Amino acid sequence: MTNLNKLTLADIEIGSSAIIRKVGGDAATRRRILDLGLTRNTKVLVRKLAPLGDPLQLSARGFELSLRKADAAMIEVESCD
Amino acid sequence: MKKVVALAGNPNSGKTTLFNHLTGGNQRVGNWPGVTVDKKEGTLRRNPEIKIQDLPGIYSLSPYSPEEVVSRNYLIEERPDLIVDVVDGSNLVRNLYLATQLAELRVPLVIALNMMDVVEKTGAKIDVRELSERLGCAVVPISAARGTGIDELIAVIQSTLEAAPAAPGVLTFSPQTEAALAQVMGILATHTSADLLRYSSIQALQADELTLARLQLSANELAMIKGIRTELEQDLDDEIDSIITQERYEALGRLADAVQTIGPAKLSPTDRIDRIVTSRLLGLPIFILVMFLVYFVSIQTIGTMATDWVNEVVFGDVVPGAVESFMTARDVAPWLLGLVNDGIVAGVGAVLGFLPQMFVLFLCLAILEDSGYMARVAFVMDRIFRRFGLSGKSFIPLMISTGCSVPGIQASRTMENERDRRLTIMTASFMPCSAKLPVIALIAGAFFGGSAWVTTSFYFIGIAAVIVSGVILKKFKRLAAEPAPFVMEMPSYHAPRALTTLKYALSKSWAFIKRAGTIILLSAIVIWFLSNFDWSLRMVEESGADSILASLGNALAWLFYPLGFNNWQSIVATITGFIAKENVVNTLGIVMNLGSGLTEESPELLQAFGALLNTHGAYSFLLFNMLCMPCFAAVGAIKTEMASTKWTLAAVAWQMGLAYAVSLIYYNLAQWFVNGIFGLWTVAAIAVLILLVALLLRPNRYLALGQKKELVSA
Repeated sequence: MTNLNKLTLADIEIGSSAIIRKVGGDAATRRRILDLGLTRNTKVLVRKLAPLGDPLQLSARGFELSLRKADAAMIEVESCD
Repeated sequence: MKKVVALAGNPNSGKTTLFNHLTGGNQRVGNWPGVTVDKKEGTLRRNPEIKIQDLPGIYSLSPYSPEEVVSRNYLIEERPDLIVDVVDGSNLVRNLYLATQLAELRVPLVIALNMMDVVEKTGAKIDVRELSERLGCAVVPISAARGTGIDELIAVIQSTLEAAPAAPGVLTFSPQTEAALAQVMGILATHTSADLLRYSSIQALQADELTLARLQLSANELAMIKGIRTELEQDLDDEIDSIITQERYEALGRLADAVQTIGPAKLSPTDRIDRIVTSRLLGLPIFILVMFLVYFVSIQTIGTMATDWVNEVVFGDVVPGAVESFMTARDVAPWLLGLVNDGIVAGVGAVLGFLPQMFVLFLCLAILEDSGYMARVAFVMDRIFRRFGLSGKSFIPLMISTGCSVPGIQASRTMENERDRRLTIMTASFMPCSAKLPVIALIAGAFFGGSAWVTTSFYFIGIAAVIVSGVILKKFKRLAAEPAPFVMEMPSYHAPRALTTLKYALSKSWAFIKRAGTIILLSAIVIWFLSNFDWSLRMVEESGADSILASLGNALAWLFYPLGFNNWQSIVATITGFIAKENVVNTLGIVMNLGSGLTEESPELLQAFGALLNTHGAYSFLLFNMLCMPCFAAVGAIKTEMASTKWTLAAVAWQMGLAYAVSLIYYNLAQWFVNGIFGLWTVAAIAVLILLVALLLRPNRYLALGQKKELVSA
């Protein structure tokens, strides 16, 4: 939404990593994402896309989690490749 | 006095397995995040004076999921004597995140450092003594899966309880955050106990509504806290929950660096499996294959063979025969024999007959869940289900419902989002369960030459009913919600444990038996009474034309006139179908004076039923019976899972309404197109069809603002 010009986690190519800058979205979503350890400065690997193109599978802090693209678009990142 | 130990931990941390070890009791262990939603208790093995309270698996004490609220309220209000936090050692930082929050509750804490076998296998090392020192609490390395370290943990629990220990150390935030916290603590000092002051202040600083409401602050105090929060946010250029969470994680990252050495990076078995199992190319085919196997084993082959045997031999022959010879030998009144054999044995037996099938189904599902594949099912299916207001997690309940909607509805419990869960509960029974198959077979045999497409059509109709319901209902205000974030941990795979899966299947089957023994027994007796007695309470002839049930059927006939089956026999059959759907077949046999014990293949039943209705009326009758309110057992499950009479009534009303609408549209349009009959009801059917389409297409007024913008920009 406000991230039109900013790089988000949804823009990162499959197999690439990025560093989280800011987690947006409504309070509940943001809190859930943060609680799972996707905080600022965390390195995230976009591991794969589900067979039907959504959601994403991410790897961060040594475990795997899945996130819809729409929610990933709320996470501002900086490419680290 | 009894001491209380609360067992807390992340989902998939092995908490349930540990609970089993500590208590010796049985409980399910699954891989689906959030599997422990019930409140479970036990007493410590060899020491009944110590109560173990199992808390739901949670990632944090934030108030956004029912599990979190349950755990939080319990810990704050009940204040156990000790918290045992189960920490997955192979995922140290994220698991300790919860530990830092638990420590702030100022309740003595013991860390059960679990999965040490996995840690060793990856070549990592954790300095347990250093970890214990830094956290300020006892840390006991265990492996719940292997059963190692349990005795040591029990010893530490007992000695800690006896020693009346100090609360664990708390995490220190950055100087700026600590300064802000100190100010908030100054304000809250008079509002809360010293024990909860730091915890409450952190929550209040994060604008946690439940905490703020509990503290009963004045407007002035609220404004002051808000000022402190805003200043800190500006100072650190971030939002408050992000600041707090990040500082916790960074502190834990430093702690982890100090206590743990990671083994050489290599691809874990889970990564290797997922490369194939959820890959773009093979993900869907593998998913379809797995589901087909489950269906094949439980519905098509093993399960059904066992169910047929129970239905035809045990409850069709052995039990009624034994009851009859037992009772005739003792000159029992014929009506009593009728009640027992035609009412109770037939009614309860009909339902219990599905037990073998369900047991096999439960066993398959337990294996999928325990192995970690369930989370992948949600991952693969989410894209499809999200469109209808459901989520990837809805697939499992719907699939189970093709066996029986009772466990299907129960399976919805693993869904975190309330809206998704309610929609899934409301729609699960549209799937053709195994009890509906004989009814379908009867109609197919009587009117469509036994054609297989009739059965197949009902799988598609069931799926269509789920989709239509999802799309229509999600736009109603009560069900319109922000779609829940689909944030789901993908647990590591492991080989399913025989004991765990067997225990799960047995406990689910037992729950089913109990239901059959209560609700179904009662309703079987009531329906038997209604169909065997007239209003002056005299027993009626076998055909039952004078029975109370028949007169009720006649009284309701006008309602079903527009659907094409306004004879009392069909209506009575529909009503008895509420006990168990396959009763429809048996009832039709009885009320058409053909005697009981008929099957859907008996030629005289096919003929008699064929004379009663025309083809369209019959298909309409079938449509109504497949989509309307499920059996009482399923309605009972809906009530339990909704935990609300209002929502249960809403679900039943929707099912009845949709069934009526679909049958009305089908019958009248079919009569018009095929037989050229156009009348008032044809107009009504067209009107209802237009209404349904309008409901399907109407824009979602309650869409969240963010989503709307997204749609515009897309």
